[in-house]
Amino acid sequence: MYQTDMYEGLLAETIAMQGANGDTINAFFARPLGRGPFPAMVLAHHMPGWDQWYRETTLKFAHQGYITISPNLYFRAGHGTPEDVAAKVRADGGIPDDQAVGDLAGAMRYVRALPYGNGKVGIFGTCSGGRHSYLTACQTPGFDAVVDCWGGRVVMTPDQLNDKNPVSPLDLTKGLSCPILGLFGNDDSSPNPEQVNQHEAELKKLGKTYEFHRYDGAGHGFFYYNRAAYRQAQAVDGWEKVSAFLEKYLA
Amino acid sequence: MCTMIVEKVKVDGSGKGQNGWFKLEQANVSYDHPFDAPFEHALNIDFVNESQGVGARVAVELSEQAARELVKTILQVLDEAEAGGHLS
Repeated sequence: MYQTDMYEGLLAETIAMQGANGDTINAFFARPLGRGPFPAMVLAHHMPGWDQWYRETTLKFAHQGYITISPNLYFRAGHGTPEDVAAKVRADGGIPDDQAVGDLAGAMRYVRALPYGNGKVGIFGTCSGGRHSYLTACQTPGFDAVVDCWGGRVVMTPDQLNDKNPVSPLDLTKGLSCPILGLFGNDDSSPNPEQVNQHEAELKKLGKTYEFHRYDGAGHGFFYYNRAAYRQAQAVDGWEKVSAFLEKYLA
Repeated sequence: MCTMIVEKVKVDGSGKGQNGWFKLEQANVSYDHPFDAPFEHALNIDFVNESQGVGARVAVELSEQAARELVKTILQVLDEAEAGGHLS
């Protein structure tokens, strides 16, 4: 626990990394100063884009002692304000799942190659980022923990599948090789409580290590302090759950 | 991208964006997470010209009720214009 006479220092900057298909994309990167060894986190940003909240969350994890990388999953859509770029991606029906997984796997390889890591890497995402985190953890060896915050469309019906989303993430659960923490609001419509139950049932059936928490009085995005969806008490508890889970599996 | 409900339509006209007026080429209509409106989902319309980059965008984010009222009002105004002989 932090004491007021402790030294703290962070390094944070935009970096270039190799993502899906060997493409070079940019990422926001932050780490504690010091020789480590530190655990690492990969952050999968949400549908509103590679935005201020994700920059701040990158710094938040780094401040808590994690080497943290947040790749720009919308890099290929062009450059402008995060909202304008995200609006283009939204209009194009999102990004292909295999591209997101490739970028996030590339981010994992980037932090694994650093000399001050402890060899443990987690992945965290909210909204579409929760879904992308789950997809990545199910298909990519090398993660030690995954945090899915209200990831929508993890449970997909056949009519929802398309070229960009060819497989329901739920059907990839067998490949999940690390513990998962899921945080959900009971007032959310995507995922709704029934879909969360289906997700949990699949994890249980396959013997996966999981921890799901459902919050009353909260909907989608209850961590976002800059949105009407913010729920203070639920967000505080949720962040505590995230910290405890990562401490348990990445320390 | 939690609903993925989106349609694109070609449009002809002008929009006033952050750098002034520009020629519109397309409207992207979605029912998905808004950036600013205080709803989980909104009826979002982005009037864009992709040839001018992602910043050539005029955005509105409406509640479902507001969007339905807007559609009715647009059609009502066009009907009035037609009845008045203003549509050529």
